[in-house]
Amino acid sequence: MLFFLLRRIAATVPVLVVVALIVFLMLRLAPGDPAAAILGDNASSAAIQSVRTQLGLENSIPVQFFQWSARLLSGDLGESYFLKQSVAGLIAQRVEPTLSLAALTLVFTVLIAVPLGVLAAWRHGGWLDRALMGFSVLGFSIPAFVIGYVLIWAVSLKLGWLPVQGYARLEEGLLPWLRHLILPAITLSIIYVALIARVTRAAVAEALTEDYVRTARAKGISEAGVLMRHALVNAAVPIVTVIGIGIALLIGGVVVTETVFAIPGLGQLTVDAVLSRDYPLIQAITLFFSFIYVLINLLVDLSYLLLDPRIRY
Amino acid sequence: MLRRSFVHLAGIALVALGAASTASAQGSANVLRIVPQTDLKILDPIWTTAFVTRDHGYMVYDTLFGVDITGMPQAQMVDKYTSSADAKVWNFTLRKGLAFHDGKPVTSADVIASLGRWGKRDSLGQRMFGIMDKIEAVGDNGFRMTFKQSFGPVLEALAKPSGSPAFIMPKRVADTPADKQIEDYTGSGPYVFKKEEFRPGEKVVYLKNAAYVPRVESPSGTAGGKRVYVDRVEWIILKDAQTQANAIINGEVDMLSWMPPEHYATLRTNPKLQTVSPTFAGSYYLHLNHHIPPFDNPKIAKAAVMAVNQEALMRGQMVFRDLYRTCTSIYPCESPLASNKTSYFTGKPQFEEARKLLKEAGYDGTPIVLMHPADFTLLNKLPPVMAQLLKQAGFNVDMQSMDWPTLLMRRTKKDAADKGGWNAFITGWGGSDTLNPLFFAPLTGNGEKGWFGWNKDDKLEELKSAFTASTDAAARKRLAEEIQVRALETGLFAPLGETNNLSVVRRDVVSGVLLAPVNVFWNIKKK
Repeated sequence: MLFFLLRRIAATVPVLVVVALIVFLMLRLAPGDPAAAILGDNASSAAIQSVRTQLGLENSIPVQFFQWSARLLSGDLGESYFLKQSVAGLIAQRVEPTLSLAALTLVFTVLIAVPLGVLAAWRHGGWLDRALMGFSVLGFSIPAFVIGYVLIWAVSLKLGWLPVQGYARLEEGLLPWLRHLILPAITLSIIYVALIARVTRAAVAEALTEDYVRTARAKGISEAGVLMRHALVNAAVPIVTVIGIGIALLIGGVVVTETVFAIPGLGQLTVDAVLSRDYPLIQAITLFFSFIYVLINLLVDLSYLLLDPRIRY
Repeated sequence: MLRRSFVHLAGIALVALGAASTASAQGSANVLRIVPQTDLKILDPIWTTAFVTRDHGYMVYDTLFGVDITGMPQAQMVDKYTSSADAKVWNFTLRKGLAFHDGKPVTSADVIASLGRWGKRDSLGQRMFGIMDKIEAVGDNGFRMTFKQSFGPVLEALAKPSGSPAFIMPKRVADTPADKQIEDYTGSGPYVFKKEEFRPGEKVVYLKNAAYVPRVESPSGTAGGKRVYVDRVEWIILKDAQTQANAIINGEVDMLSWMPPEHYATLRTNPKLQTVSPTFAGSYYLHLNHHIPPFDNPKIAKAAVMAVNQEALMRGQMVFRDLYRTCTSIYPCESPLASNKTSYFTGKPQFEEARKLLKEAGYDGTPIVLMHPADFTLLNKLPPVMAQLLKQAGFNVDMQSMDWPTLLMRRTKKDAADKGGWNAFITGWGGSDTLNPLFFAPLTGNGEKGWFGWNKDDKLEELKSAFTASTDAAARKRLAEEIQVRALETGLFAPLGETNNLSVVRRDVVSGVLLAPVNVFWNIKKK
């Protein structure tokens, strides 16, 4: 187990190195210039050239990569070209909104999708099963921003129950924090409910055909017990896998929702950085997301140990 | 029983959330929540020319002179001033009671250091300091500028509302090298920047400067008395136009400083809202690259200008007639220097004449690379219309779509168009940028040292130098007209029309929004 953990942690390093290299190269080779964007429309060619030199953009790409890598190895993620603040500080500032949104979305998703999937599998072919399939298609088809705007129109503008935009930090209180996150979390969760409910339905439906389920019923265990303690537990591995993939996608996928609801999270920071070619910020955020993906995959793999005693590393 | 309790609890929760929502949406009467034009990233208004940083500058700093709503410079931090008859020596005395946010008085040393830094960055400042012999303190409260030759537009330079206005900072801050950004945001303006609460991409906070002493006159443009009636201003950064519209309809913000044109129909008819006109009309221009063929030939450049159909272009971009007007002058149509002496240029297409000119000039069908910033909603509908007009005039047009940062990078390239360069692009300017030939960066004949497009025209530069040296208002008006005619005759650029930039405020809640060359946020009251 320890060896497994060490092996997985060690495997993270080459993954991050490759990601760093690819992102660095893509940014330098793509058109666009942060210097011109920084100085505005009235700036002269000479001023832009001066800023390019200051930012080190006149150096060759290998030199720039070497300089950036050296700083990275010493723990310095660099400074934003535009904001003149440390990239680490900016990411730290934006992590809370994104993690809050992702966490609340995950809670909604699991609390809704898993029971729905279980029920649909239990009543396979019935009206609930069909309704869930229909809902899944809708959930996959309707873009998140459309769902977001419809919810804003109905719940905020017409009913006046919740705000249309913004984020309240936890230090301002639980109620304001929750109020600003409910609509964005519902918006994001719809597609994930569709996905996870379908996977849960399929996995539980298959588990319900197994012999041990027939045995459990024969022993007189209630249907609730059969579903929760036998079928769902044995179907958990694929469900957890999809939830894990969903979390990873969720963190990247909050961009649109953060824009619609003006949540100052990592998604918005990424979009702003890309549009303004803020290279240090883009590079650092990409590395951060890559690390998160790797970590989540590891946690999902470790969860199998709890869910299936036959699995050992 | 369990179900009933759950429903009961859910009901209580919803009511609580709803009540909290109502309370929060209204906000405090002393906090003005404004959505600015765009995200504020750079805080040094001398180092960058970005409009939003300029607007930030007007919150925190003050200027020696301001521009009133007629476009004329008026004393602001200055109390008295005189100039010699030959406009070579200028004396200024500062108003009493001027102080920075840290309580220290504003002195001539601060002014001289600030002007020095500004003069290294700003194009008009560079011109002024290039002709200046010396600038010296006269006691703590006065300073003198001595020029090697007449320099007429001293007041216009010190009042310059955009590009980089000559904001006054403490000497210790202004001593920052001009190629580095400042890190201390102490000013002497009507608001204090609250750095601890600044969250880029989210919120910018300003507090009322209780120690600010406004001029006694009524406010006018960036001049007059800058009185503040709220305790706190928050710039709430909302990038999505729909989100901006939703936020102001729901009362979560009090003002959109730039109304998103695509929501004009919804916002203007909402009974809770009101549109106001806070800035001089902006305008769009077609800029040509005179450094490479074919626009290095003035006849071909002129043919491109003849293709312009201002009504079609503006209608395509702005849609609603309330939001634009045609204007053939290169200066804002209601500004002091505006003139209808525009030679052949009528703002209406002259395809036949353009084709004749192209034939005469020997245009060989070289494709015109017209850059199209597809992501920039404020002007992305203009290039497709312009491309069609150019084709009708006989040009072979290659419109290339890209994002705005790519356009900004590509326009710095002097290469041939098929090797990564460009021939034409369209951009917008604020009314404050085009008030005066010395303010307007593209109005240049300096060749490779000038603005993008690198137009080489010694005659144009002579006219600008004559304008600079002139101290007579009538002579300057005549010279401004000659500059206008020269620019159009040589096809330097083409004015495409003016925009009516509107702001949106909550009706019966917000009042006092001023008309000015740029967005200003004093004088505003909130109930």
